[in-house]
Amino acid sequence: MSETPLLEVSGLTKHFPIRGGVIQQRVGAVRAVNDVSFAIKKGEVFGLAGESGSGKSTIARMVVGLYRPTAGTVHFDGSDVSGLIGSRDYRKQVQMVFQNPGSSLNPRRTIAQSVAVPLIFHDYPKAKIADRVAELLEMVELPRSFAIRYPHELSGGQKQRVAIARALAVEPRLIVLDEPTSALDVSVQAKIIDLLAGLAGELGLTFLFISHDLSLMRNFCSRVGILYLGRLAETGPTVDVFGSPAHPYTQALIGAVPVVSDEEAALKPSIPALSGEIPSPSRIPKGCSFHTRCPFAFEPCRQTDPVFTVVGQGHEARCHLLEERTASAATVPVSPVERSAHP
Amino acid sequence: MSAPLLDVAGLSVDFATYGRQARVLDGVSLQVRAGPHAALVGETGCGKSVTLRAIMGILKSPPASIAAGSIGFDGADLLTMPARQRDGLKGTAMSMVFQDPMTALNPVFTIGDQLATIIKYADRRMGVRRDKQGRKQRVIEVLDQVRMPDPERIFGAYPIMLSGGMRQRILIAMALLNEPRLLIADEPGTALDVTTQAEILALLNDLVAARSLALLMITHNLGVVREMADYVYVMYAGTIVEHGPTEALFERPSHPYTQALIECVPKLSGTSTFKGIDGTIPDYVDPPVGCRFRPRCPYRHDACFERPPNVTVGANHVAACWLRQPAEEVA
Amino acid sequence: MAVPTNGSAPANVEEAVPAATISNAYKNWYRFSRNPTAVIGAVIVLIVIACALFAPWIAPYPEQVDNFVDFRARHLPPSWDHWFGTDNVGRDVLTRVIYGYRISLLLVVVVLGLSIPFGVMLGLMAGYFGGWVEIVIMRLTDIALAIPPLVMALAITAVLSPNLMNAMIAISVLWWTWHTRLIYSITRTLKTQEFVEAAEILGASKVHILFKELLPNCVSAISVKATLDAGFVILIGASLSFLGLGVQPPTPDLGTMVATGADYLPDRWWQSVMPGMAILFAILGFNLLGDGLRDMFDVEDVR
Repeated sequence: MSETPLLEVSGLTKHFPIRGGVIQQRVGAVRAVNDVSFAIKKGEVFGLAGESGSGKSTIARMVVGLYRPTAGTVHFDGSDVSGLIGSRDYRKQVQMVFQNPGSSLNPRRTIAQSVAVPLIFHDYPKAKIADRVAELLEMVELPRSFAIRYPHELSGGQKQRVAIARALAVEPRLIVLDEPTSALDVSVQAKIIDLLAGLAGELGLTFLFISHDLSLMRNFCSRVGILYLGRLAETGPTVDVFGSPAHPYTQALIGAVPVVSDEEAALKPSIPALSGEIPSPSRIPKGCSFHTRCPFAFEPCRQTDPVFTVVGQGHEARCHLLEERTASAATVPVSPVERSAHP
Repeated sequence: MSAPLLDVAGLSVDFATYGRQARVLDGVSLQVRAGPHAALVGETGCGKSVTLRAIMGILKSPPASIAAGSIGFDGADLLTMPARQRDGLKGTAMSMVFQDPMTALNPVFTIGDQLATIIKYADRRMGVRRDKQGRKQRVIEVLDQVRMPDPERIFGAYPIMLSGGMRQRILIAMALLNEPRLLIADEPGTALDVTTQAEILALLNDLVAARSLALLMITHNLGVVREMADYVYVMYAGTIVEHGPTEALFERPSHPYTQALIECVPKLSGTSTFKGIDGTIPDYVDPPVGCRFRPRCPYRHDACFERPPNVTVGANHVAACWLRQPAEEVA
Repeated sequence: MAVPTNGSAPANVEEAVPAATISNAYKNWYRFSRNPTAVIGAVIVLIVIACALFAPWIAPYPEQVDNFVDFRARHLPPSWDHWFGTDNVGRDVLTRVIYGYRISLLLVVVVLGLSIPFGVMLGLMAGYFGGWVEIVIMRLTDIALAIPPLVMALAITAVLSPNLMNAMIAISVLWWTWHTRLIYSITRTLKTQEFVEAAEILGASKVHILFKELLPNCVSAISVKATLDAGFVILIGASLSFLGLGVQPPTPDLGTMVATGADYLPDRWWQSVMPGMAILFAILGFNLLGDGLRDMFDVEDVR
């Protein structure tokens, strides 16, 4: 734990103003991300899971510097880069693979032209660019001949490989994967995940993996954070978060995943199905933002926002039930499902 | 077992594409009965959407043309019956739950208007007389059945005012308005978040069971299939490669494609291997001879250049593969 | 945050059939060649261009283009020798029409050559940068769009001396606005696409994003618009000449010919009707071709 994390964000917040009226004045805000903190160790795959409106893509875009945070700091390899995000040096370290392979490649540029962009702008010797592009295509297991093709001549999986090759071009240390396989079929998804895992080992890459697919996360990430309405509800080692989810939302989320075997079905926490839908990030409920859907909500949940409670080694969750529990007895944490039997 | 309500037999569909002919469906047969939920599962481009369009009679022709086969509905062939008669079935006896709750509703009309209009046209075709009040009553009744809170208010609401999950319920209500006998659900719930999806699937399940409708789901999500369906058809490159009862199919997948597909789904147990399936779906203009999965199949051999037989591998469980031996004595 | 919409099966054959085996160029050609009006338009435009380029070889009496007088042959009706008849000083109308296309196309090339790069550039900048750049450019465009182009051209040519050069300037002064509008709306949509964000993350410069990422995606829309524009420019140029504010005699210009010939209507109709038909023919060709290209590229933003 003493090792410096590769990426550490603390108090990361992003509010998008809602403008309206005649002079487009600020009439409200979409609070997309609120006070999110996490650290990613070198060489690990950190997953951020959440449903729509959870702010996961906004976090990805802040980490790569597409959006400027409203508040919070970002440390990269120990140094504060909050002001440098978006600079050339930072971009050389942190790259991103987008969700939709159909729109992340320019339809009017050949594969080689797209992959060469980062090389050109990071002063790669001109004479060697063609070789480097071929080498990158080989790394993602595509034939060199694809260099002269256009995106529409490739399948979704092949396009995503090109996007990965392009992200690798400047030899970054951290790659943000924003739902890289959610637009792909499972048979293609498996191949892409396999490729990413291989590259991570080979090149010593670190991944921030954004997804709504919990089953995928269970298999790919070493640690995960569960987001709800722009806040982390729970974070910890994947095995622990999936094995003994502490937050009712995490439990419900895992419980709702459709699975393909009885073995998996047995692993799902039994929790009453959630009612209602995720509130809009422009109208976040007061107190614990999950209380409107939580089957175990009680009075404090409507009043105050819970703080993180440690429930295991590096495993924390933000829930009043857990706070109460640890306040009464500092013993082994019990999941709220059991706790709820006698509130 | 009861006679199938929907009986697609040997359906082949060709598409004319830039001067070339592509066989997009090749001898597809499937049956849907009232009671057990059927699912048609496959990946992008496998032809499941074309199948759906052919059944609903909304294939655009040209470029599509039906080359062979029949689509039986309640004993009559939809493909040979007069157009008027077939149109009379659409949206009444057979109806469809659309996939995308964001685009399937017209943003400029209220929910009530849109649903009442559907009733109005169906009534006109069926020669039913019902006044405006009667239509409104029926809409509110169905909104209530899909567990919409405050149906009176929803009646006057515009789609934009509703969340994704609510709109999905409206789409289900829309399909149920005219008391169909066959319901086709296109990717039910897949555009929604998992927690909302679970709720919608449970609702669909209850509604179908309460009315003993025949349900055909079309989806790419094997998890949804396992939770919702009783009988599964697996489609690959325009052919049905395997079909069987859900439990048997997931426990003992018999076609190499089904096996690989189930293998590819990430497991909540964390035991996924991510082998994937090599290669891509074939070009329909010039598909592989014999078994269409042959070029990607790890077990391919010489026999696969011939069209594989439909081998019964278990009770009601059939796989189109040369590797399989017929099961001894099927109960 | 986006809702995943994976797994939707192919709605049409373009998705059902892997695209790898059919090139985009072939698809475009296939769509174009099966659109009869587009093909007719293309043929007309090719004829007009051929006339302009090869006028000295095509025209039956190239020596009769401008300063030629033959009073014995004046006001001859259409015949085998003079298909379009002759004018008030005995020149062959067909010859002058063919040469007239030279002037018309020169006008088109210069006007579009001046206004498209300027308009496209402003549109790209307004769409991509947003903020005050967008406000300034787009309000300026709105103001310019509020001025009728013919009135503006009349004013300019009236103030300056009436000749071809000034006519071209007069038309160009307002023409860019349409392109700014078009490119602005396309760029606004394109900039939210992930490939633009990807280029930013990859460290690409603003110039690169504007000209290497965004511009190539506007090319089909620009070419459709330019083709449709060509017809309008010809029409405006002819209108100016008709009013005596454009090309001056004896240069063979279609608008001027219509104006001069109008004095002899209706008896000697061919002197104005034939050049008039020639204008119509060219405009029709460009419009049919433009519509055909629009269908082929499937661009919607173009008027």
